Amino acid sequence: MNPLAGCLLVSALLFAIGLAGALTRRSAILVLAGIELMLNAANLNFIAFWRFGPHADALTGLIFVIFSIAVAAAEAAVGLALILAIYRFAKTSDVSELTEMKG
Amino acid sequence: MTSSASGIVRYLWLIPVLPMLAAGVGALLKQAQRRLSAALAIGSMSISLLLALLAFAEALGHPAVQVVNFRWMQFGDQWLSLGWLLDPLAAVMLVMVTFVGLLIFIYSLGYMAHDHNFTRFFCFLSLFAGAMLGVVIANSLVLLFMCWEVVGLTSYLLIGFWFQRPSAAAAAKKAFITTRVGDLGLLLGMVWLYAQSGTLLFYNQGAGCLEQSARTALAAHVTVGGMAVSTAIGLLIFCGAVGKSGQVPLHVWLPDAMEGPTPVSALIHAATMVAAGVYLIARVYPLMSAPALEVVAWVGSITALFAACIAVAQNDIKRILAYSTVSQLGYMMLGLGVGGVAVGMFHLITHAFFKALLFLGAGSVIHGCTEEQDIRNMGGLRPFMPITFLTYAAGMLALCGFPLFAGFWSKDAILHAAHGWGISRGPFYLGAIGALLTAFYMTRQVYYVFFGPRRLPEATAEPLASPRPPEQCVIVDPHESPSVMALPLVILAIFATFLGFAGTPAWPWFQSFLANQRAAFSFSGFSEPGLLSLMLTSSLIVFAGLLLGWWFYGRQPILRATDPDALERLQPSLFRALANRLYVDEFYGATVIALTRFAAAFSAFLDRWIFGGVVQLVSWIVTGLGWLDFSADKVLVNGGFDLGCRELFVGGRLFSRLQNGRVQNYLRVIALALVVLAVLLLWGRHG
Repeated sequence: MNPLAGCLLVSALLFAIGLAGALTRRSAILVLAGIELMLNAANLNFIAFWRFGPHADALTGLIFVIFSIAVAAAEAAVGLALILAIYRFAKTSDVSELTEMKG
Repeated sequence: MTSSASGIVRYLWLIPVLPMLAAGVGALLKQAQRRLSAALAIGSMSISLLLALLAFAEALGHPAVQVVNFRWMQFGDQWLSLGWLLDPLAAVMLVMVTFVGLLIFIYSLGYMAHDHNFTRFFCFLSLFAGAMLGVVIANSLVLLFMCWEVVGLTSYLLIGFWFQRPSAAAAAKKAFITTRVGDLGLLLGMVWLYAQSGTLLFYNQGAGCLEQSARTALAAHVTVGGMAVSTAIGLLIFCGAVGKSGQVPLHVWLPDAMEGPTPVSALIHAATMVAAGVYLIARVYPLMSAPALEVVAWVGSITALFAACIAVAQNDIKRILAYSTVSQLGYMMLGLGVGGVAVGMFHLITHAFFKALLFLGAGSVIHGCTEEQDIRNMGGLRPFMPITFLTYAAGMLALCGFPLFAGFWSKDAILHAAHGWGISRGPFYLGAIGALLTAFYMTRQVYYVFFGPRRLPEATAEPLASPRPPEQCVIVDPHESPSVMALPLVILAIFATFLGFAGTPAWPWFQSFLANQRAAFSFSGFSEPGLLSLMLTSSLIVFAGLLLGWWFYGRQPILRATDPDALERLQPSLFRALANRLYVDEFYGATVIALTRFAAAFSAFLDRWIFGGVVQLVSWIVTGLGWLDFSADKVLVNGGFDLGCRELFVGGRLFSRLQNGRVQNYLRVIALALVVLAVLLLWGRHG
């Protein structure tokens, strides 16, 4: 098993855990955490493909991931702010109860 | 504005416009403002008379035609011009109409003094006088026709002045409709004349339709039956004159017009309006060709005799005068036909004075006898109303053509011209017999009214055709009329007696004036061959008529109102036929009116059942189509839409279930789709 396959395996596992968390958890904060996990699984893939790819000397993958982390941080901030606002409005953060937008 | 005029001619339009203005202002006055309305009418008429006298003086000094034309209306690239003119003919008529009109206005002050609608009366009188003066000075057939129609309208209004009486309302309608028949001919003639000559101006510096160039062009064209166009147009215009001047066969309205107040009868139906027809023919005389004039002469002479016959057997004082008017108008037409403008116009002028006098005298009699009009119920009025009697006698002698009175000279001129007419002696004999009858019926009337014992109507008999409420009609002794009524009588009597001297054969001033020549005084006028013997003959005819009248009515006084007429005893069937106006009205009733009624009924039938049926059918078809459309709309369109909407609604509800608001559901779908996508991609790569 080469190091790339190991990395991808870890990343896939991480993504699956994140997806499971996002789908099953009721608390909006935990759903957000699951999403963060999936995002980081994608970041791990970028790093892995860069490190074991043909052009490891160019810093493309690293830069991309740094950008991605920065965006994720901003996204997490926006997401938490949304959750706070929703909580203030609905007095709950249980996503299964937030069904105002149903058709 | 083209004009070859100066001074008074420029302001000639004021003469008709002033009375019209007075009428306009008078129409706005209240019923109670009697003095103001009368003052307006009489004042405007006086000013018009002064202006007319000025115009007359101008025409004396400058006898050629003077015109003022102006453009009125544009249609296409053509202008319709109107204008007014002054020539001796118009000047004479102006003075006559304003003078007689003014006297009648003054007389009306007394006659209508008790009437509630005094202001309305003066308003109509002024309008009438203005329109008549407009007819006189019009230099365009269009303007003349417009004024002519206003004259017809006021005639209608004034005949129907006491419109609460059904007979007056019917007479007004009859007058209006009968004259319309003639006016149709006039209108057609006018249109034809315009089509032929391109102008309706009488005189326009050589381009008018009465001037030489247009006349030769008209005479050159030949129309149906080899008749020159000018003859046809002349005859059509004569139709209008027949209607207005009450010639046979359209004379029927004139006697009925006596339903109006007596001053109206005097003003309209004796002196002025009926003269408009004669004046029209005199005005367009240059257009009248020899064949047209022949027709004019025959119609005139037949009318003269026909109406004189009927007048013999009438009992209403005004009706006798009305038929006498018809007869005299016939003489005027005869004079125009055989002798020319001057002969006819001279009789028109003298007749205007003595007939106005007779009518006003009759009005005075009626007024004095508390609205009695039947001569059988009068009698012996001479001592009660001496002024009326004397003036009436003067008028009667003038009408009969008693030597030296006005009517003698003018009627004699007509008979003389008829005697010398080259085509036929017929009109002369008709006119001569008519003269005999005229003297006869006037003698009869005077004997009935002024001589013999007083005959009161039967106690039970209703007063004949009284416009006033019955309580005012108490039987009192007849009385002389107030001086406001007597004065016009005296003035008119003076003119009726002496006016004839303006046109005797020895000093034919009137004829020369109209012919634009200088009159010379010489007795050689009498030496014309046959003239003196003819004068003698006509005098003998008049004396014979007077004698016959005395023989029948004066010899033995008529004692009772119910006594049969002397003539009735002699010839009962003839008298009855004459008393029934020779059944002309009945004849029209059985022919023209019956035909009109039938046509009306037929039209009503057509309208109601045929055209109405078609319309009904169409409406039913449309209604049916509408129903069809409606149901199609309801079932197909509405149903289709409803179905579609329902389907959309159901579909929407179905799809809206997918959006249940649970975020994790959406996420699940996305994850599932991702898996499916990944499987498809992997499978695609290896497969």
